[in-house]
Amino acid sequence: MSAAPRISAGHKLRFDQVRNAWVLLGPERAFMPDEPAVEILKLVDGERSTQAIAEDLAARFNAPLETIKADVDTMLADLAARGAIKL
Amino acid sequence: MTDFPPPMGLILELTHRCPLQCPYCSNPLELERANAELPTETWMSVLDQAAEIGVLQVHFTGGEPLSRRDILELVAHAGAKGLYTNIITSGVTLDERMMGRLMGAGVDHIQLSFQDADPEANDMLGGSPGAFAKKRAAAERIRDAGLPLTVNFVIHRRNAGRVPQMIEMAEELGAERTEIAHVQYYGWGLRNRAALLPSRAQLENSTAVVEAARTRLSGRMVIDYVVPDYHAARPKACMGGWARRFINISPSGHAMPCHAAETLPGLSFPSVRENSLADIWNRSEAFLKFRGTDWMPEPCRSCARREIDWGGCRCQAFALLGDDHATDPACELSPDHGVMQAAVAESEEGQARFEFRKMRKEGLLF
Repeated sequence: MSAAPRISAGHKLRFDQVRNAWVLLGPERAFMPDEPAVEILKLVDGERSTQAIAEDLAARFNAPLETIKADVDTMLADLAARGAIKL
Repeated sequence: MTDFPPPMGLILELTHRCPLQCPYCSNPLELERANAELPTETWMSVLDQAAEIGVLQVHFTGGEPLSRRDILELVAHAGAKGLYTNIITSGVTLDERMMGRLMGAGVDHIQLSFQDADPEANDMLGGSPGAFAKKRAAAERIRDAGLPLTVNFVIHRRNAGRVPQMIEMAEELGAERTEIAHVQYYGWGLRNRAALLPSRAQLENSTAVVEAARTRLSGRMVIDYVVPDYHAARPKACMGGWARRFINISPSGHAMPCHAAETLPGLSFPSVRENSLADIWNRSEAFLKFRGTDWMPEPCRSCARREIDWGGCRCQAFALLGDDHATDPACELSPDHGVMQAAVAESEEGQARFEFRKMRKEGLLF
């Protein structure tokens, strides 16, 4: 997977002041992504490839690229199956 | 006292007026009239408060929410407060002009209901000739506007065999999401239960169709499936548990944990005209009454699933057993579970006709 994922139409990633947390809102659903997932989602812009997203995170968090890439792919595939991300 | 975690969703029943007359309508039997509806400024204040207390999504429903003249203003206001806006509509008045205006107001999502995949059956059930064609046109408008489309089908014994055609139609319309939702038997649905409740074989067939379609359409279309309680072994966590996730507001401004809660005895539901949403959520007697597990009798109280299904549905317990504290009879651990089978047997006689929803005529008693 190296295509550029994007957040599906009708979905919005936003910071909720009341919960002090990021939320991904979609049609009759709300996802509460954990911290690693939030870092990934913030980089999902329809332009960056999953490879580029993984490289960015690996550099910033000083972590092995292969592990990060696998995490990115798993997380995005999960949200894609639920309709929140288009791969 | 620390406040309870904030509500996720706000369901605004803006009006009970509707161009359709579906016999399973979830509105109460006693429909509220136009002159009882809240004015625009009160709905605006409710939206402001909702954003402040942490509501994430607002569902504009009814009746037909597009019947409210201030719908565009309300959607725009909610969006400006950062709330995700969802309109739940019959689509019959969603013409080109309204679609353009809703986009202008910044609507995030529209859920469009169909009564059937068969045009004639669709129009008969809604009591509105020509409705199907208008709904199809509305679906195309929603897609053309670039919004994601959710189509909703309500399932009962007369259309359960057409679930495959419904899913096919949803695909053809380019829906991202489809709801195949069996009737929930409250309000008009409960009144018409004998005419609507599917047999176990019908339910199992529809479940198999949905499961196969989910596999086939994975990643392309999400199918949400809602089953009727009457063939279940365990109750549903109604509304995600009493007053845990949602605030529902009736056209005249009564705040309730669910749209059917006014059927419960001895509870008075606070009005948003006189109470803040924060007080309603955190302190009102009605919201606290069945929140959590303290109210539970056995077999719920010691059940391992008590924080999964939260005792099921209070309205169903009261409607079927006359006791709003009882374990939902949908649960096979309920001593009254037999009432569910009795209802299935009654509907399987297949004799019942249904009654279309309607407003009671003023000044007429019956």
